Amino acid sequence: MNRAEKEAYLRDYELLKKQGKPFFPYAVMKDSTMALIVVAVIIVMALVLGAEQGPKADPTTTTYTPRPEWYFFFLFEVLRVIKPPALVPLATIIIPTIAMVLLLLLPFYDRGAQRRPERRPIAMTALLMTVVVMAYLTYAGATAGPPSQIDVKVPPQYEAGKLVVAQSGCLACHKIGDNGNGTLGPNLTQIGARIPRNAILRSLKAGPGIMPSFQSLGEQRLNQVADFLSYLK
Amino acid sequence: MKVPVPRALSKPQKPAEQGNGAGPAVKEAPADLVGWLDERTGGSSFLTGMLFRKVPKGTNWLYTLGSATLFAFTVQAVTGVFLAMFYTPSPTQAYSSITHLTNDVFLGEFVRGMHKWGASVMIILIFLHMARTFILGAYKYPRELNWVIGVTLLILTMIMGFTGYLLPFDQRSFWATTVGNNINGTGPFIGPYLADFLYGGPEFGATTLSRFYSIHMLLVPGLIIALIGAHLFLVVKLGTTAPPWLEPKRSRAIIKEEEL
Ligand code: HEC
Ligand code: HEM
Repeated sequence: MNRAEKEAYLRDYELLKKQGKPFFPYAVMKDSTMALIVVAVIIVMALVLGAEQGPKADPTTTTYTPRPEWYFFFLFEVLRVIKPPALVPLATIIIPTIAMVLLLLLPFYDRGAQRRPERRPIAMTALLMTVVVMAYLTYAGATAGPPSQIDVKVPPQYEAGKLVVAQSGCLACHKIGDNGNGTLGPNLTQIGARIPRNAILRSLKAGPGIMPSFQSLGEQRLNQVADFLSYLK
Repeated sequence: MKVPVPRALSKPQKPAEQGNGAGPAVKEAPADLVGWLDERTGGSSFLTGMLFRKVPKGTNWLYTLGSATLFAFTVQAVTGVFLAMFYTPSPTQAYSSITHLTNDVFLGEFVRGMHKWGASVMIILIFLHMARTFILGAYKYPRELNWVIGVTLLILTMIMGFTGYLLPFDQRSFWATTVGNNINGTGPFIGPYLADFLYGGPEFGATTLSRFYSIHMLLVPGLIIALIGAHLFLVVKLGTTAPPWLEPKRSRAIIKEEEL
């Protein structure tokens, strides 16, 4: 906005204000009606949906699927989709930070005098795209499987072992296919081709190196895990 | 519509003409409390100025979203005070204090529910309010600063959501916070320090809960209240925008004056 546009705006606004209505009672009526609706909605939600309490926090479990509040689902989804560790900070911190800075500085780079939405196509397109992307990410985050999921396709008899592996925190150290984090332990994507089934079973029970022993899973589940891993070739 | 207004709030009269040039004339001693306060604070002229200030025509229901956000924040503040009376921010007692509050305290679950769902309602309202000011171009001159304050309020409100989520200390909240803070830790430069600061150490420890608690109920609400104050000050000072389609009516006299 240049100086003439600013002055024109201020002059128009002054007149519009003179020709307007007093804040009380007109705006006050609307605001208080809205306030009543807001408190009524909150009360109904509190009565109908309540406030349940989940099981007590237990830092030693690794089977629990973290689930944030719904308005953080979009971040959660970004974290789930982006697999290479080098890109994680980009997705979770750098892009949101840039988005926030762009939002914060909006009035300083969008300085046109035009205020009518139908004559601001760029701004409205940006809004629409932001809403669509956020809605999509939130929806995908809400319906996503747990982040400890393993996307490898296996015949049904190996599903049980796959589930145990997914829920036992193995992915914290091992990579299987595209899932997991391969920084601490060896990649298990083709473990079945590298070592025989009984060596796998031995590793699980002994816990080589920094890997904990998984003896406590019990004979049956250990065998399911061994079946699943030796299938991976 | 004619509304009865208490005498002290009715439209300000022109102050009594300065009698003798020896300084401002003292008004007649008021007999009631309102008058007494008014003489010492000047509150009534402030109030009438606020209440009877003109707002442009066409300010429709979309213009109530800001005050609705403010109202949702007030609900959070009030219910939060009651929750704080029963909550213990220690890893060993947090969970059981919430169980006690939910199951034994009169209306405990109801107040917890209001606080929990009120948070979601406030987030929705703040986004709608932001969308309104964006679509109607209300962030443009001269209201740029109010947009900047608004975005800061949005970030602070999201921080409230993040820090509050841990406090019930159940599995959901613990693991979501762990993941959230690991995300903080991946940030460039300040990331690891931020994660350390929130945890009060390299990992989740005995003081983590009390940190989150004091950030959630003292630090951030304090900032939010101060910024809402600044936000509303600017709203009153600059006035709310008129819908962008509205053109002022110009009498011939005004046009003539403007042409000069
Ligand atoms: C704390 C990280 C960690 C966790 C959790 C973990 N592992 Fe390991 N695992 C390792 C490391 C490190 C090695 C390599 C040890 C060595 O040889 O020094 C390893 C080795 C193995 C091996 C042998 C691989 C080879 O090439 O010899 C198998 C099989 C294995 N892990 C399976 C599992 C399974 C299944 C789980 C989950 C039930 C699991 N691990 C959980 C760290 C981990
Ligand atoms: C705690 C959160 C907030 C509260 C309590 C709040 C409150 C208000 C209120 C009461 C108004 C008066 C007009 C109206 O109701 O629409 C207003 C105006 C405004 N708000 Fe907010 N607001 C908040 C957050 C935000 C955010 C997140 C933004 C944008 C990023 C924002 C930007 C603005 C702007 C630009 C105006 C001027 C609008 C105009 O004059 O038409 N506010 N705010």
